[in-house]
Amino acid sequence: MPPNGGPRRARGPLPGSNGRVTAPPDDCLARNEWICGAYLSSRREILVDAVLEHLQLTAASVAVALLLAVPLALAARRWRWAAGPVLGLTTILYTIPSLAMFSLLLPLYGLSAALVIAGLVLYSLTLLVRNILAGLRAVPEETRQAARGLGYGPLRLLLAVELPLALPAAMAGLRIATVSAVSLVTVGAIVGHGGLGNLIYSGMNTFFKAQVLTASVLCVLIAVAADLLLLGAGRLLTPWTRRQA
Amino acid sequence: MNTLSDTWSWLTTAAHWSGPDGVWNRLGEHLFLTAVCLLISCLIALPVALVLGHLGKGGALAVNLSNIGRAVPTFAVLVLLLLTPIGSYGQWSTIIALVLFAVPPLLTNAYVGMREVDRDVVRAARGMGMTGRQLLLGVELPLALPLILTGVRIAAVQLVATATLAALAGGGGLGRIITAGFNLASTPQVVAGAILVAAFALLVESLFEAGQRLAPQRGRRTA
Repeated sequence: MPPNGGPRRARGPLPGSNGRVTAPPDDCLARNEWICGAYLSSRREILVDAVLEHLQLTAASVAVALLLAVPLALAARRWRWAAGPVLGLTTILYTIPSLAMFSLLLPLYGLSAALVIAGLVLYSLTLLVRNILAGLRAVPEETRQAARGLGYGPLRLLLAVELPLALPAAMAGLRIATVSAVSLVTVGAIVGHGGLGNLIYSGMNTFFKAQVLTASVLCVLIAVAADLLLLGAGRLLTPWTRRQA
Repeated sequence: MNTLSDTWSWLTTAAHWSGPDGVWNRLGEHLFLTAVCLLISCLIALPVALVLGHLGKGGALAVNLSNIGRAVPTFAVLVLLLLTPIGSYGQWSTIIALVLFAVPPLLTNAYVGMREVDRDVVRAARGMGMTGRQLLLGVELPLALPLILTGVRIAAVQLVATATLAALAGGGGLGRIITAGFNLASTPQVVAGAILVAAFALLVESLFEAGQRLAPQRGRRTA
């Protein structure tokens, strides 16, 4: 069993007891209700820690994936022979179910947060490489020739023309990768590093309904917030697309 | 590379393949879950998507459903359903969770496929006096088939992955070998289970891809 930060108390209604006599505080925790304000106030610290771990794991994996994806996409764009293997390999990685991916990495990383991050990097990589490559390929040849005609060298062409024009597609990929990563972090509970997934996992073992629902809702909220944040960042980074629309 | 040889010896031990916890039984469970849920999801999603696509209505819902499905953690839904009263009816909570995650890609792809059929072709068919039903089944469906099949392939791979996760929430399937390995702190068993799951997922993906390559040609011939 992976260690988890959740409460270990059995919260289910005891068989045989009618609830009234044996449960002195007749609050929603004792009644094991799905929605429970007392849970939020009494477990604030646990929830904050889980959310922070969730955010750290997501941010770390997406950041590493981005650092790897840009050179891979550039290589696939530059050399035609590299495109097939890069796309093929990332697609194969993406097909492997998350639980199996984490398990395959177990001999390399052990029961650590690094395992979860490595697994998530491999998933995000596929989405990012595909989208960045699509963005780079969509840069019109005329634009490229115009830049060359203006005397742009290969590096300046890449940094000042191609990458900015590929940005909208790359941002779309980044949003999908981030939202997926937020949801997949929960599977990290199998090795005890799943952020909110840990709370879901321990809540499942103790039949703690309020904990499972609260952690699940927080997960979705993080995903939606991250998506909106990246959407806003994308708009700020690419003002020209807004003016067009 | 001690783990590799240990994993190999786990995989080649006959005792690990037979019995109720054996690979063959778990593979059967996994296959059964995937096939049944794929069938149910297709029966739910495809008619809805075809009719919506034919009428050109509900597009926002059909397209956004995939995004919503991505934001909701599969593991959370599996556990939530397990804790509801449905959870006490054996595999039903697993089946419902699997179907919930297979429907969005089916719906979105089939809807987009139907909408991307060349409008000129649709207008020509109408001009020839085709009824809505004939148009849907004789023109739009065959032309949308490639994308519909893409949706089916994505849904199938998604089902294999979700069925694996179901083991965490007490369901059957190949994922059980992995979770049992974690409980036994047996890295070789965890890795062996993961290899089996990965191989199964890749097999399903390539089978559907092969099927997809054959199908559009038939669609083109009839169209």
